[in-house]
Amino acid sequence: MSSNNLDQLYRQVIMDHYKNPRNRGILEDGNLTIDMNNPTCGDRIRLTIKVEDGIVSDAKFEGEGCSISMSSASMMTQAIKGKKIDDALKLSKIFSDMMQGKEYDDDIDLGDIEALSGVSKFPARIKCATLAWKAMEKGLKEEEKH
Amino acid sequence: MNIQDIRKQFPILDQEVNGKPLVYLDSAATSQKPVQVIETLERYYREYNSNVHRGVHTLGTKATDAYEGAREKVRKFINAKSIQEIIFTRGTTTALNTVAASYAAANLKEGDEIVISYMEHHSNIIPWQQVAKRTGAQLKYLPLQEDGTISLDDVRATVTSNTKIVSIMQVSNVLGVINPIKEIAQIAHENGAIMVVDGAQSAPHMKIDVQDLNCDFLAFSGHKMCGPTGIGVLYGKKHLLENMEPIEFGGEMIDFVELYDSTWKELPWKFEGGTPIIAGAVGLGAAIDFLNEIGLDQIAEHEQKLAAYALEKMAKIEGIQIYGPLDPAKRAGVVTFNIQDVHPHDVATVLDAEGIAVRAGHHCAQPLMRWLKATATARASFYLYNTEEDIDKLVEGLVKTKEYFSDVF
Repeated sequence: MSSNNLDQLYRQVIMDHYKNPRNRGILEDGNLTIDMNNPTCGDRIRLTIKVEDGIVSDAKFEGEGCSISMSSASMMTQAIKGKKIDDALKLSKIFSDMMQGKEYDDDIDLGDIEALSGVSKFPARIKCATLAWKAMEKGLKEEEKH
Repeated sequence: MNIQDIRKQFPILDQEVNGKPLVYLDSAATSQKPVQVIETLERYYREYNSNVHRGVHTLGTKATDAYEGAREKVRKFINAKSIQEIIFTRGTTTALNTVAASYAAANLKEGDEIVISYMEHHSNIIPWQQVAKRTGAQLKYLPLQEDGTISLDDVRATVTSNTKIVSIMQVSNVLGVINPIKEIAQIAHENGAIMVVDGAQSAPHMKIDVQDLNCDFLAFSGHKMCGPTGIGVLYGKKHLLENMEPIEFGGEMIDFVELYDSTWKELPWKFEGGTPIIAGAVGLGAAIDFLNEIGLDQIAEHEQKLAAYALEKMAKIEGIQIYGPLDPAKRAGVVTFNIQDVHPHDVATVLDAEGIAVRAGHHCAQPLMRWLKATATARASFYLYNTEEDIDKLVEGLVKTKEYFSDVF
């Protein structure tokens, strides 16, 4: 099978996050709850975030979706924990650029997230990858206003 | 019916996708178009594009003849009594919305009931939700049997003398189930209700006779039956359409326009405000000619064979769940399924890498997905140009999908 292309999409680390999601669940003491879904396919996510002194101190997600959307959610929660709101939003911008196949700021160590860069070659799947990030962005932008 | 000859008439099928010959199994979303339809559209735009029903000039007459000629083809295709009962719309969605916004809004009051089923497509749910909210009528859902079929006992138990509208799809876009429309229509009529039929998935695949079904309205789309996108049909019984108000106002649909009031054209034109979908209708006419040449009965038989073959082969894949009745006699050429531990999006992506096009998602039927206890499913749907070889490739692709997802861990 022409699995070379597919291997760019389904990297080992993605499948690991899909099978063993990090930060799965609901934060009981979170101060942000964001529900988001992808109406075209039925994927949905509930993201709970705890912000203390302008820093994301904890984040968890619950939801249903494909390997790309769920692994992306897992990686996103992992990445924003301990980050300042500003930095988390910056990361979101980098991720969005990465998905659109644009040049992105590679000074920042993206860790596992880098594995999702192959999604940009599968236009139909970009929305899967960005679902959790959009939820995070929405929540933190609201929080920033306060 | 020689499938290889038929395939030659669909130029789009002769291509590679991701380095593999295209296997198109998404005809329930939209069918491919034969060269006859493509050339008819081209000829219309190249040779006689003009507005209809107004010009004195020659091209205007030609365009009008072609547009109204297509209406007559549609009339014959569903055996309606007169062309006054055939309204061109943008598609099934617009046709159903027209019935809801015009007929239902004017005839429903508090305490009345609209009956639909759990298997309906969103386009046969939301228009009724909206009109129910506006009129105070109640929306009721017919339950489904274990295998996803509708039982007439349930219809009898759900439809009451308060029911004014029963609206059911003839063929399910998810379960492939063929519903007993004629019998449901009879129960509706016995209770004084009208019968609306969503024919989006049936018109392309089986012979429809509106007089035999005795339905009051029928909606279907051109693009699922080898025609262009953007054209559809609302059939309605003349005495009902006559008493309905248009929902779109403007040019083309008027008789006299005074300063503060206007009168409408006669049927069917009073429902076709604005410049109509001329090319679309002419293209639909060509699609109907094409389907008639092959024969709807032959097409239905071919698809049933394919469905039986697919059900047999797919059921052998370990960890597959197939939705809907497993008896091929109860279904049309749609097979919806899930592979254990692999999300349908991932199934569709891996199949796409093999050149195989299937649909993944909720298929515009979220209430049905909840009934099936699935958030999403994958769907393969067949049409007259599909072959057993296509299904073999699908099965092969599904086996590879399973292997791929167990390998990457």
